[in-house]
Amino acid sequence: MSGSKTDPAAESEHMAGNGLLHRRLFLTRGLTLAGAFGVAGQASAQPAPQPAHPEWMKRQGGGLSGYGRPSKFEEGVKRIAGQPNPIFPSVGSTRTPLEKLNGMITPNGLHFERHHSSVPAIDPAAHRLMIHGLVRAPLAWDMSALMRYPMTSVIRFIECSGNSGAAKRSVPQTSVGQIHGLVSCSEWTGIKLSHLLDETGLLDGASWIIAEGAEAASMVRSIPLETALDDVIVALYQNGERIRPEQGYPMRLLVPGCEGSVNVKWVHRIKVVSAPGDSRDETGQYTDLLPGGRALQYTLLMDVKSVITHPSVGMKLSQSGLYEVSGLAWSGHGAIRRVEVTADGGKSWADAELAGPVLPKCLTRFRIPWAWTGGPATLASRATDDRGNVQPTHEVAIARYGEAGAYHYNGIQPWAVSQAGEVANVRL
Amino acid sequence: MSAFRFALAAGLLLASGCATEMQPDTRPTPKLGQTMTEAELAFWDSSILVDGSNLPAGSGSSAQGLVVYAQKCAACHGVTGAETDTRLTPLVGGIGSLATAQPVRTLGSYWPHATIIFDYIRRAMPYNAPKSLSNDEAYALTAYLLRANGIIEETLVLDRTTLPMVKMPNRDGFVRSAESAK
Repeated sequence: MSGSKTDPAAESEHMAGNGLLHRRLFLTRGLTLAGAFGVAGQASAQPAPQPAHPEWMKRQGGGLSGYGRPSKFEEGVKRIAGQPNPIFPSVGSTRTPLEKLNGMITPNGLHFERHHSSVPAIDPAAHRLMIHGLVRAPLAWDMSALMRYPMTSVIRFIECSGNSGAAKRSVPQTSVGQIHGLVSCSEWTGIKLSHLLDETGLLDGASWIIAEGAEAASMVRSIPLETALDDVIVALYQNGERIRPEQGYPMRLLVPGCEGSVNVKWVHRIKVVSAPGDSRDETGQYTDLLPGGRALQYTLLMDVKSVITHPSVGMKLSQSGLYEVSGLAWSGHGAIRRVEVTADGGKSWADAELAGPVLPKCLTRFRIPWAWTGGPATLASRATDDRGNVQPTHEVAIARYGEAGAYHYNGIQPWAVSQAGEVANVRL
Repeated sequence: MSAFRFALAAGLLLASGCATEMQPDTRPTPKLGQTMTEAELAFWDSSILVDGSNLPAGSGSSAQGLVVYAQKCAACHGVTGAETDTRLTPLVGGIGSLATAQPVRTLGSYWPHATIIFDYIRRAMPYNAPKSLSNDEAYALTAYLLRANGIIEETLVLDRTTLPMVKMPNRDGFVRSAESAK
């Protein structure tokens, strides 16, 4: 960390090449931005209109509402639809539009979706959570029983292990949400699974759990018992309200830091076992086939990653001057310790400001001021977590899991800014 | 709070060295879990483990499975299951391809245990009517798919005894990640 001893503005303002400024320059100098990133072109200079009250200041507007909705001017902010299964369109994914959000929390309606069959319409009054297997007493809880347990709230990301796969295989010119939006972040509230496992008791040999969802496909995933006893939550609430159906209503597992599919949605049954289940989704599906033919199994932890969301591919900078570069960083291993940003394609890097709270296994917003000269620039971010894991280059990330692997890609994501201000996806 | 549970948890956490929440949560809980009955356990415990334990009664052959496949599977998976002009995972083929530059992952080439096929079919298939198959039909479909991949003989009847004995081509192809290998 630099700049802790003096006024940062008194130090050299230029922290890295091609215009990256000290991360606290905005705070200390109060400089204004040259413009916002947008997809539209530069506004042309026009004569200023006569001042007048807008219509909404001259008459009454809307009234009260039972459940609030975004402004009609934000109707375009939607989840980005993926390619549905050609035969069964409820199978597939939608992605969080990262380029249209800021902060660290994902609105509930924009949390990414990945369904292996479809979204069940579960009546909570007819839903129970069962725990059996290597336990002293197999037990089941209905909703009214679970609601009386002590609750725990944490803010954690969930990321599909297939996130960013398009950036591994190609250099897509789609939005950052389309490429990297299979990650979202919420405050999750529920009951520690350790409390329920304490109530059932555990028998000798217990070392994994198998969790099953109550949807049509009854998806199952295995989780090490040490993880289950550590920080796994049976989540009932997301960002303060009951979990949405597409996120697992009335309950899902939250397995912090681990690949999305083990955060079993619509969870209704947990079997305590002595070995993992090797189900279809942890053999045929979510495994990492390496060069040479061997496959890695139970690669549960999501590695350290970051991406710049503003500006990002498809946006256009309207004029040269001061901008705020910002993005998201996260790691399944722990908390983000550092995010560095380059504007010269990796020749030099500057530390970005981490917007608090900086939490373990949680999206962390980073920000840094950047004076765009109007010339070509290549922006990228590189995250480091508190376990010392550093986000790798594309080449290193490819080497780790090979070309064929579809999951766990976390390479550095560069964006090139042209002299016209257009932002494109590139490789360093 | 169970002393056994904390002893176990502490041991596991020390062994892993990567736990994030070492502080035990000592808040009292109301302990409202209802004891599950034998009938409930028998109905809901559908987990088939890799050693074949918990496989149900019933049996089926590949010839019987061919009939069920044609009726209930071919519309999505193709007439043979080896079709590649679909976004559905091919069911047949790819054996020997995993180490090549163009690996083809099917249940025949990739899945390490034959029991997985039965388990997945019984709880998730057919897509438009999951949990509608009898155990005999699920055994028969498993036999048909194994036969189509050339893994078993046509004469083999699969049941709770014979299914776990089928050796899959990629039985030894998986390595557990470091974080889960303990």
